[in-house]
Amino acid sequence: MTTGTPQAERSSSSSRQAESDSSPSGTPAVEARGLTKLFGTNRAVDDIDLTVMEGEVFGVLGPNGAGKTTMLNMLATLLPIDSGEARIFGYDVRTQGHAVRQLIGVTGQFASVDDNLTARENLWMFGRLQGLSSKMAHSIGDDLLAQFDLTEAAHRPISQFSGGMRRRLDLAASLITRPALIFLDEPTTGLDPRNRSQMWDTIRDLVAEGSTIMLTTQYLDEADALADRVVVIDRGRKVAEGTPSQLKAQIGTSSLRVQMAEGADTANAVALAADVTSNTPIVSPTGSAFSVQLSHANQAADVLIELRNHRLDITSATVEQPSLDEVFFALTGHTSEASVPETEASGS
Amino acid sequence: MTATVTNSTTTSRPAARPVKASVPVRDALTQITTLAWRALIKMRRNPEQLVDVTAMPVLFTVMFGLIFGGAISGSTASYLPTLIPGIIAMTTITACVAAGGQLREDMDKGVFDRFRSLPIARYAPLAGPMLADLARYAIAASVTLTVGVLMGYRPAGGVLGVAAGMVLAVITGWSLAWIFLWIGTRARSVGAVQGMSMMVMFPLAFLSNAFVPVNTLPGWLQAVTRVNPVSHVVSALRDLMNDGALTAQVGWALLGCATVAAIFIPLAVRSYSRRV
Repeated sequence: MTTGTPQAERSSSSSRQAESDSSPSGTPAVEARGLTKLFGTNRAVDDIDLTVMEGEVFGVLGPNGAGKTTMLNMLATLLPIDSGEARIFGYDVRTQGHAVRQLIGVTGQFASVDDNLTARENLWMFGRLQGLSSKMAHSIGDDLLAQFDLTEAAHRPISQFSGGMRRRLDLAASLITRPALIFLDEPTTGLDPRNRSQMWDTIRDLVAEGSTIMLTTQYLDEADALADRVVVIDRGRKVAEGTPSQLKAQIGTSSLRVQMAEGADTANAVALAADVTSNTPIVSPTGSAFSVQLSHANQAADVLIELRNHRLDITSATVEQPSLDEVFFALTGHTSEASVPETEASGS
Repeated sequence: MTATVTNSTTTSRPAARPVKASVPVRDALTQITTLAWRALIKMRRNPEQLVDVTAMPVLFTVMFGLIFGGAISGSTASYLPTLIPGIIAMTTITACVAAGGQLREDMDKGVFDRFRSLPIARYAPLAGPMLADLARYAIAASVTLTVGVLMGYRPAGGVLGVAAGMVLAVITGWSLAWIFLWIGTRARSVGAVQGMSMMVMFPLAFLSNAFVPVNTLPGWLQAVTRVNPVSHVVSALRDLMNDGALTAQVGWALLGCATVAAIFIPLAVRSYSRRV
């Protein structure tokens, strides 16, 4: 991180240190050094270092194809590590896979439950596989079904489940043995807003119960809402690491988008906005709207007051959180759609 | 973990739970039976998967009995003691071909991702369905036998001989299925598994003494049929079911099955672990 005063940096890292000292073992939940995965000549994950402390929610932020899932799969022993090393609670992922698998729960992007079984049968099966007695497997399974609001659907075939229900069942299946570390791969991708906020609540509950969580996401607001710390991954490389607020400070908190009533006023309005924010507004292709980065959200009001004082009429004004694209542009100088050749050409 | 637990809130922390370095045999057995249970439920809910062990044996037995009976033994009735043990071997082999395709299909599904992330024996997802498939081989062999009896086959080996024959058929199916399971772990798609499995299944079933007397074949082919374990299985089935005799052929058949299993179990398990 390049922003933030050195003192602030130091104090935040020392408070982090104090937290980790108070944990029972002091062993990081995840510790990776030089983690690398090659697919042919493509460095899908390229020399990534990261440390996740116990009890922490650690976010991995990046666009599609950045290497988030590949990295998670390596840490979860699902993919071999090509070079570098990784430890989960001190156990070597490469050589002590069986020990690692006893400490983790994995919920992937696509529900990994059995379509041939009912919800209840699925949970029973996963419980039995992990050494629970038949009775325990049923009782824990039923508790989880209740907790995830699936009791009514317990005996229905999974094929009749909605996307949100499948995702909940999938997460429930990961929690049977209350794993110490839970990997969540894009837990809310493809969920509608209601299911999304339910999933957020569930994740917060897990944290409250003492679980350590490592989650990947494409959404800055999700990382902001859930994660204590975030790494940003781009094309397999780590491009930034810090708390969500440090990250946002680096890229500006938000931007103001204004639609002018008269296209002819745009030039004047842009000049005023530039004065107020000290940032260069970007005019839309139609010439009747512009957007400007704000260093804090209150500046939106300052800009609008200036426009009003100069009798420049607007039809709409919105304050927008920086999108992942903007985060990426700020951090890497190119947009997140790295695979599109034009974007790549204009970005570089 | 060797961490000392310092206060009550951390006792439930699973990180402090002791971890095992490997899967104890007892746990592995529970895992295998659990996964066999899953495979049986799957069978029950997708009854069309049982066509190859129910309708096919009926079709084979009737067809082969009527078509080859007259040509080979003069009449269908006199051919049945030769044919039925041969068909039993063939239908069991046909039944075990499905093991590869089923595994391939399963491996592409999300639930196998979860199996891989669980602290279970690496071979359990292979061994579980293999245990459940014993039911398929038993069905295939019994259906064939029943149709044979309906067509006029009277096994002279008695109840004991026939029962021993059924057991041998199931053992054969289980052992040879590892070949197809191995193919299932290697091929890229279900279609490819089926194609490759047919290439293995047909020579195994037909380059044997299952349907025709070996002395009618050219010399080099006789040599091939003699090393084919299926020939020994068929001979053993005939000895058991027609004569009630525990002959050396039974020993050779079991040795052949054991050899196939000894080669293909490690291949399949290794290929599966590498793939997943």
